Amino acid sequence: TRKELPEHFKAYKNVWVVIESEMGAIHPVSLELLGEGRKLADKRGVELAGVVLGSDRATNAAVAAAIFEHGADRAYIVADPALEHYRNEAYTKAVTDIVNTYKPEILLLGATNLGRDLAGSVATTLLTGLTADCTELAIDEEGSLAATRPTFGGSLLCTILTLNYRPQMATVRPRVFALPAREPGRTGQIIEHPLNLAEDDIITKVVQFVADRHSDEVQLAYADIVVAGGLGLRSMENFQLVKNLAAVLGAEYGGSRPLVQKGWISSDRQIGQTGKTIRPKLYIAAGISGAIQHRVGVEGADTILAINTDPNAPIFQFAHLGVIADAIEFLPALTEVFRARLAVNRLAS
Amino acid sequence: MHIVVCIKQVPDSAQIRVHPVTNTIMRQGVPTIINPYDLFAVEEALRMRDKVGGTVTVLTMGPQAAEDALRRALTFGVDRAVLLTDRAFAGSDTLATSFALAAALSKIGREFGEPRVVFTGKQTIDGDTAQVGPGIAKRLKLNQLTYVAKIVAIKPAEGEIVVERRAEGGMQTLSTKLPVLITMLEGTNEIRRGTIDDALRASRQEIVTWSAADAGITEVAKCGLKGSPTIVKKVFAPPPRAEKALQIATADQSMEELAEATTKAIFKRRPKLEEDLIRFSAGP
Ligand SMILES: Cc1cc2nc3c(=O)[nH]c(=O)nc-3n(C[C@H](O)[C@H](O)[C@H](O)COP(=O)(O)OP(=O)(O)OC[C@H]3O[C@@H](n4cnc5c(N)ncnc54)[C@H](O)[C@@H]3O)c2cc1C
Ligand SMILES: Cc1cc2nc3c(=O)[nH]c(=O)nc-3n(C[C@H](O)[C@H](O)[C@H](O)COP(=O)(O)OP(=O)(O)OC[C@H]3O[C@@H](n4cnc5c(N)ncnc54)[C@H](O)[C@@H]3O)c2cc1C
Repeated sequence: TRKELPEHFKAYKNVWVVIESEMGAIHPVSLELLGEGRKLADKRGVELAGVVLGSDRATNAAVAAAIFEHGADRAYIVADPALEHYRNEAYTKAVTDIVNTYKPEILLLGATNLGRDLAGSVATTLLTGLTADCTELAIDEEGSLAATRPTFGGSLLCTILTLNYRPQMATVRPRVFALPAREPGRTGQIIEHPLNLAEDDIITKVVQFVADRHSDEVQLAYADIVVAGGLGLRSMENFQLVKNLAAVLGAEYGGSRPLVQKGWISSDRQIGQTGKTIRPKLYIAAGISGAIQHRVGVEGADTILAINTDPNAPIFQFAHLGVIADAIEFLPALTEVFRARLAVNRLAS
Repeated sequence: MHIVVCIKQVPDSAQIRVHPVTNTIMRQGVPTIINPYDLFAVEEALRMRDKVGGTVTVLTMGPQAAEDALRRALTFGVDRAVLLTDRAFAGSDTLATSFALAAALSKIGREFGEPRVVFTGKQTIDGDTAQVGPGIAKRLKLNQLTYVAKIVAIKPAEGEIVVERRAEGGMQTLSTKLPVLITMLEGTNEIRRGTIDDALRASRQEIVTWSAADAGITEVAKCGLKGSPTIVKKVFAPPPRAEKALQIATADQSMEELAEATTKAIFKRRPKLEEDLIRFSAGP
């Protein structure tokens, strides 16, 4: 029920994004949120700001410069050695302090492990509402944040409001929104804020951090081309056809959830609601029916090519290009055509 | 050492059906299960008990029928089960849920001994927010360890714990002090079968059942719909896309011709893609 905002929340203004960065490398989801946050801020006629947390002033300044080029008007920076690695206590303290000081009306975070860990703590500390894993953000007729998220495994969507509390908080998964174009030379205002927390008062210590680039974490979410297979491939051996095409295209490969359950692919290659959201330039889906839980993970793709024997498969409802064929016969042919075409062009160029 | 695991009873979502006209969720007759992610937390709690001794209590907030989930947990060998149930909790969002669970955990501490470790699952399969764990930790001032892949060491006497945590872009090893809240990552273990004795005990053991008042909650305004800052404005089915896929077909449909036509259609739609591909296949 919509009633007048309590007096002490009326000063809350502007849209903020918590920027995730590691050693100066900004997580793409933070830039995606700046792109979407810019639209919300323009609609509200307010400013867009990023919250930059890190140990080192120079690195923070570089991150700030980058977020200005991606649409932020302002950067709230907390620089403190205690913020070198992500730790809940220190990050929660930093974010809640600046929220209480500068009062944003909307606070957005990536629905990454970091963002979800932090958002839950911040929302509980501030006693405000938090909508998880949104796929759409909008400003409604009355100026509130309308956050839409899939529910029940994606079979339905629901729109959630936080009317009588501030800030209105939401997390969004990587790749749901497009990266905004960079505007070189665009600048903004920097506001520094202290952490007000001594290392001795932080109970949790980071003993070690082993970065994934030393292991083989799959980069599905950010791949330009993804080839995926589903149960229509019928066997783990046939799944090799997907990998072969992916290899020719320099693509990542993935699959629908049943393939993970059958052990044909590892869980980090699952695409969809409970797997990865992808946003490639080209998505090729072979023998995948296109269940809603799969659809929500791939809808952001620029071009979707579906290969399915069933002309009524739901995937043809949202694919851009469709081939009604047996994937087991068609994939090798497609692989060869791509191989030949790319090789010929390479000779020509 | 007293360990508490929070579990949620959820609809077996593979079987969830949506009313085609009203777009509402048809819960009647839908079987319920323990949230699958919570089983990893239950197993890890039991392993911890096996290692350092103590008791494991499971806690759920839900309708009376959530007792089924608790009885199921008892069959795995959990020692005690607590059901927090009250009309006042209906319509809780995650903030109101963490308020109620935190109150129940405090009461559990007073009645059965302070928990040194509280476990939750990573997330549920229905609400799916992953917000309740961090909410409980913040309210009870427990040190928060989310997405835990492995418990490296636990020393109750020293009050210390070391875990491996799935962090953004890598694996963090964290050390902290008890009491802690752990949200357990999926796939980290496999729930045990439990003994025949456990199964027998599960069917007759008394489930500790508390209302809001029993749990010491006096501020009813912080519970349920009233205590929830988020408001569900509408629930709807995803809109269909305007146009269907362009079907690629050739006169004689040989696989080679079809593949040829397909690549042409892709590159016609996205000419730049072909340039990118050529650049890629030419190598760096
Ligand atoms: C809570 C929940 C979460 C879920 N999360 C996910 C998720 O993240 N990702 C996900 O993918 N699923 C998810 N699912 C499962 C989802 O509902 C579907 O069951 C799943 O996507 C179906 O996989 P599929 O398309 O491979 O198999 P099927 O639905 O069995 O489809 C196989 C398709 O292959 C076609 N086919 C058969 N033979 C051939 C052939 N020779 N050549 C070409 N086509 C052929 C068939 O016509 C059919 O369309 C989830 C479900 C639930 C309940
Ligand atoms: C479709 C849908 C969408 C929703 N979206 C939102 C939203 O965006 N924001 C919001 O604030 N609320 C939301 N809610 C409400 C939210 O689901 C409820 O508050 C719910 O009680 C707990 O949240 P969760 O299921 O997301 O749990 P999660 O936070 O995903 O659960 C994490 C862990 O906490 C423990 N846990 C959770 N609930 C209980 C319980 N009742 N008893 C014992 N342990 C428990 C379990 O160990 C679980 O693994 C939504 C509900 C639905 C049905």
